[in-house]
Amino acid sequence: MHTFAYARPASLSEAVALLDAHGPDARVLAGGTDLIVRLRDGSAAPSIVIDVKRIAELRPGIREVDGRVVIGATTVMTDVAADPLVRRHFPALAEAAAVVGSVQIRNRATLAGNICNASPAADTAPPLLVHGASVVAEGPGGTRRIPVDELFVRSGVTTLARGELVIAIELPIPARRIASVHVRRTRRRGHDLASVTLTCGVDAAGITRLAYGSVGPRPVLVTDDSGVLVDPAASDEAKAPILEAMFAAASPSPRSMRAGPEYRLAMLRVLGRRALAEAIDRLAAGE
Amino acid sequence: MVETFPIEVTVNGRRRTLEVAGHHSLLDVIRDDLGLTGAKECCLVGECGACTVMMDGRTVDSCLVLAVEVDGAELTTVEGLATDGKLAPIQEAFLDKGAVQCGFCIPGQLMSAQALLAEHEHPTLAEVQEGMAGNLCRCGCYQQITDAILAVAEGER
Repeated sequence: MHTFAYARPASLSEAVALLDAHGPDARVLAGGTDLIVRLRDGSAAPSIVIDVKRIAELRPGIREVDGRVVIGATTVMTDVAADPLVRRHFPALAEAAAVVGSVQIRNRATLAGNICNASPAADTAPPLLVHGASVVAEGPGGTRRIPVDELFVRSGVTTLARGELVIAIELPIPARRIASVHVRRTRRRGHDLASVTLTCGVDAAGITRLAYGSVGPRPVLVTDDSGVLVDPAASDEAKAPILEAMFAAASPSPRSMRAGPEYRLAMLRVLGRRALAEAIDRLAAGE
Repeated sequence: MVETFPIEVTVNGRRRTLEVAGHHSLLDVIRDDLGLTGAKECCLVGECGACTVMMDGRTVDSCLVLAVEVDGAELTTVEGLATDGKLAPIQEAFLDKGAVQCGFCIPGQLMSAQALLAEHEHPTLAEVQEGMAGNLCRCGCYQQITDAILAVAEGER
């Protein structure tokens, strides 16, 4: 590995000041499961690495505050997947966290890191989009909340400003339960990055939310409030054009090594229908 | 001049004070500074699990942790599994079932197996497969490794 300066600020203000001072020459270290790979292969070469795991405001933990579930920025996937609040209100997020990497990776990788890397294939992005999550960002100008849908730009690029870092992820507990399902397609059984990663959520008002990744430069959220998709009496012919319109935002790259665009688009449709059917079943079962 | 940092860790029950370079991985320090060569350097991207150690009771790929990050942590390496010169049940079971061919991946396999059994006293086959999926074996001993873990769970050891 190249050498770099290492800083472990004890306070949020110190971390923000360091990030602001070094700008693009700084990288934030949370779980490190992506960053350390990149430090080693040279695709990231920061002059300073800022370890945020000793900052009180970013401490791991999941708690309910004023009708929201607040997930501390350094909470790891293992704990997200096992958390009772997450499993009750946001089942697809627990499912997605449980399929990221291996046990060893999930014991280290953080939810905030998965989002801040802005990988189009991030498995936790679709459930966060479906459940209307926001990140809480702290920066030189103070604190602001950014809906996850407004955070992603393209692979590795977010709308976080210079000096800003994510301190928590918040999910509103909906007045009407959203029954959600996460599904993915990989090249092989076992651990792999997703060729398609997708979450579907439905609620009793008939609103269907679909979010998908690994089929374009950033994860996408689309919503249908016609009620047709969840209507048991509606025909497949009635549902098909609505679903097609929801899949229209997919634009997989022809250059990706994991799967060709034709395959991804075909699997997107299969997974979308499968997840929709399962979400409807879960809503009916009260899960 | 490489900047170094003082860290305090407990390694296999023994308190250690070390001076580590900021860009050295936990694996570098375990192998080169502490001389504990059970954990292996292999893929260096967190896919193979040959470098698996336990940090505060949870398995991690030590190639993906900076040594300076473990300041204050409690570490167990494969060298810490046996107590008083007596192999742990999981180690005995690996021998019984012939779960070792070349042996390169085995320290990592043992750490993941130990962690799996600590979490699931009686794991299902699916839980074993998921719990061990972060450890690759190029000799293909998966069946024997699975047998060894299930043997411990079933009280054969």
